Amino acid sequence: MSLELDVAKTSIPDSGTGGGRRFSINLRQSGIYIAFAAIVLLFTILTGGDMLAPQNISNIIVQNSYILILAIGMILVIISGHIDLSVGSIVAATGAVSAVLMVNHNVPWPLAVLITLLVGAAIGAWQGYWVAYFGIPAFIVTLAGMLLFRAVTYNILGNRGIGPFPDEVRTLSNGFTDGYLGNIGLGALGGADLVSLLIGIAAVAGIVVVQWRSRAGRVRYGQVVEPFPLFVAKIVVAGFVVMFVIVQLARFRNLPWVLVLLAALVLGYTLLTNRAVFGRQIYAVGGNLQAATLSGVKVKSVVFWIFVNMGVLSALAGIIFAGRLNQANPTGGDQFELDAIAAAFIGGAAVQGGVGKVVGAITGGLIMGVINNGMSLIGAPSEQVMLVKGAVLLAAVAFDVWTKRRAGASR
Amino acid sequence: MSDDILRMRGISKTFPGVRALDDVNLEVLRGEIHAICGENGAGKSTLMKVLSGVYPHGQYEGEITYEGTECRFSGIRDSEHRGIVIIHQELALAPNLSIAENIFLGNEQSRRGLIDWNRTNAAAAELMRRVGLRENPVTPVLDLGVGKQQLVEIAKALSKRVRLLILDEPTAALNDDDSAHLLGLLRGLRDEGITCVIISHKLNEVLEIADRVTILRDGRTITTLDADGLTEDRIISGMVGRDLDHRFPPHEPSIGDEILRVENWTVHSPTQHGRLLVSDASFTLNRGEIVGLAGLMGAGRTELAMSIFGRAYGVGISGRIYKDGREIRLRTVGEAIRHGIAYATEDRKRYGLNLIEDIKRNVSAAALRKLAKRGWVDDNEEYQVADSYRKSLNIKAPSVGSITGKLSGGNQQKVVLSKWIFTDPDVLILDEPTRGIDVGAKYEIYTIINRLADEGKAVLLISSELPELLGLCDRIYTLSAGRITGEVPRADATQEGLMTLMTAGQEAPR
Repeated sequence: MSLELDVAKTSIPDSGTGGGRRFSINLRQSGIYIAFAAIVLLFTILTGGDMLAPQNISNIIVQNSYILILAIGMILVIISGHIDLSVGSIVAATGAVSAVLMVNHNVPWPLAVLITLLVGAAIGAWQGYWVAYFGIPAFIVTLAGMLLFRAVTYNILGNRGIGPFPDEVRTLSNGFTDGYLGNIGLGALGGADLVSLLIGIAAVAGIVVVQWRSRAGRVRYGQVVEPFPLFVAKIVVAGFVVMFVIVQLARFRNLPWVLVLLAALVLGYTLLTNRAVFGRQIYAVGGNLQAATLSGVKVKSVVFWIFVNMGVLSALAGIIFAGRLNQANPTGGDQFELDAIAAAFIGGAAVQGGVGKVVGAITGGLIMGVINNGMSLIGAPSEQVMLVKGAVLLAAVAFDVWTKRRAGASR
Repeated sequence: MSDDILRMRGISKTFPGVRALDDVNLEVLRGEIHAICGENGAGKSTLMKVLSGVYPHGQYEGEITYEGTECRFSGIRDSEHRGIVIIHQELALAPNLSIAENIFLGNEQSRRGLIDWNRTNAAAAELMRRVGLRENPVTPVLDLGVGKQQLVEIAKALSKRVRLLILDEPTAALNDDDSAHLLGLLRGLRDEGITCVIISHKLNEVLEIADRVTILRDGRTITTLDADGLTEDRIISGMVGRDLDHRFPPHEPSIGDEILRVENWTVHSPTQHGRLLVSDASFTLNRGEIVGLAGLMGAGRTELAMSIFGRAYGVGISGRIYKDGREIRLRTVGEAIRHGIAYATEDRKRYGLNLIEDIKRNVSAAALRKLAKRGWVDDNEEYQVADSYRKSLNIKAPSVGSITGKLSGGNQQKVVLSKWIFTDPDVLILDEPTRGIDVGAKYEIYTIINRLADEGKAVLLISSELPELLGLCDRIYTLSAGRITGEVPRADATQEGLMTLMTAGQEAPR
């Protein structure tokens, strides 16, 4: 995770701001990453280092993968100014569909996965229609969906679970990449998977190249960029974090497949929200619906496709969740919507819409995952975990509201 | 005790960047109907908000004497307690509650904390009889027409033992019959000893009902006149008699061929069934020409513009639009933009800008695809485009990464203009482009408008400020009650002439 820095240079005299160079860390944007680092550090100390042990890091990623996938879809819904309470039920329903296809009807797994994703898209289209074109608040539509799709799940499964899933699906949910090139010794750290390490090095190299080219492009267009030492520091920190996680995973059982999937999703959706016309329109709709409409944005269509996307990602999470348990369960996915919504808000989304980042939502989801994991490591009872998670959610949104009010007062 | 019920002395009220009221004096006699006339933005509504405590004591300068004692109202409840009730243009009724509940809203007839429905409805029925409203007190307000809703407001005022009733444009949305009934009712109230202050654009009504008329202009009192022997022309000359002290950049128009022609344009209200907002309007715009659209509040200027702009407002729209002589159909905002039409809204904060985003993302919002290759936006290009507008339109901000919500009104307006100029339009409709902007920024906006015309674009300028229209436009259409009542070339246009056309045929549209 990188720090977001707000650098502004005053080039024109203006009554609002002073002249000269102003340089400040944007707390509202970067607070989440600082908080994440602090929480990780806290639990590392409390658990005597167990938090960052190879197996535990792997566990945190695998155990939270489906919530993180849902959080990606949810942040788009929330940026557009809506909410989706039905994703937990959609996870259960699509998990059930995939189980029936693969277990009961022996449909080949790639086809079954494809069909399940299409079912997720259809569910999203159903809800998107009512929200975007019929004009019912998303809260109501998805509250109804929460009940509807849970009922559908019970109808499909009866009162029992269906399993086991094909090996390929279980590998996607639970499995690890193979050590094609064997292990190499890392001195005191012991053996580590070479393929994983190479992927890690490639990822870090990718970060450096992309950041460097982006900076060079900005310089070429005469934009203000952050000071070079800070730029280097950010890349070094990001590279260190990535390599640390990769090395730990390589020492355990290589890279979880879901991590590969998640990385692809985060990359894709970050690009979508930052650079795609569609992604920009999501922010425009959430920021000022009327202004977006009068700027020619097809508001209804944007909202509709956001819900379709949420349905597809819910189906993906449904497959992974069912595959991980090796069974589709009628009660599966219960309250996942709350975790996904909490992840988005902890990650800096605004309640009114128009604000939010994919990376923020992922960080928000990881914060909750780390709290879950760390507290269970130190043997805290589950009611205490709930208490802390509730407090963190409230504190995160309170912080957001407070910084906004402070920004407003300083005008 | 003197025979004046109200005396307001030296009232001044400043909003950031705008002096809305400047040393206003108003004297209202006991038991008279006193009309206040003035152009849009003359300060009428602000003055009434000062009087009723919407702007509490301390937020304005000056002195209010009511019933012989000085008043320092801390809020609207305070003034209502003294018997001053204001009825706003937009009625403040709860549509789902009954007539009786609305009349006693905030003043519930209760016994030991529980509402006494029998007393409520009986008292409401009595008040409704006084205002001539023949309905069941338990009927929900949403089932009533606007005229009857207005009567509910007056009944509500009576329930508060009103002594000074203020009505802001009470007949603006009423048809002739309802207006006549309302005016009759006001005369009846006067005979009961209730003093009325009425704000109205309908000068014929003012002359019909008022005892005295106070004219405001640019936040100042011009004069107070006796209604006896008063003429509409006399009121109009008072309303507009301002000299052209604003400066306008010099401009030599070069007017080309016709670019847009609108024929028989008719628009109905989306909220009030069957009400006409624009009726059979036809006009043309030429390349390089700045055309004004003058009209009072509620004349249908914005409705006309927005309905043309891809049917962004109104229902039951009919009529034809021709661009370069060929008929075009504009069913969505996107189609309008693609046909080279741009509409910059009068309310930039609500409809024009995404205030939580920065300048560059607002500038690109209406033409994002111009910056995109295969669906991906080139944000360096976006920065460059926005930065070039920042320089050419002189948007005062540290960088194009500044949040638009933090800019001043004039700079926000320049961002809105940048957004629409970037769509590369042939026709720009600018709705009140200088509203709430200080004088210096206005001059800059005028310069931009002239420049756009010189580039061969047609500009339709909607403005409440007649000097602005006279100073900028090559030709001016007047709109009154949804109809185009006149087309005046620049050479023949005077403020008085325009105002006469703008108030012509003010009988309500059907």
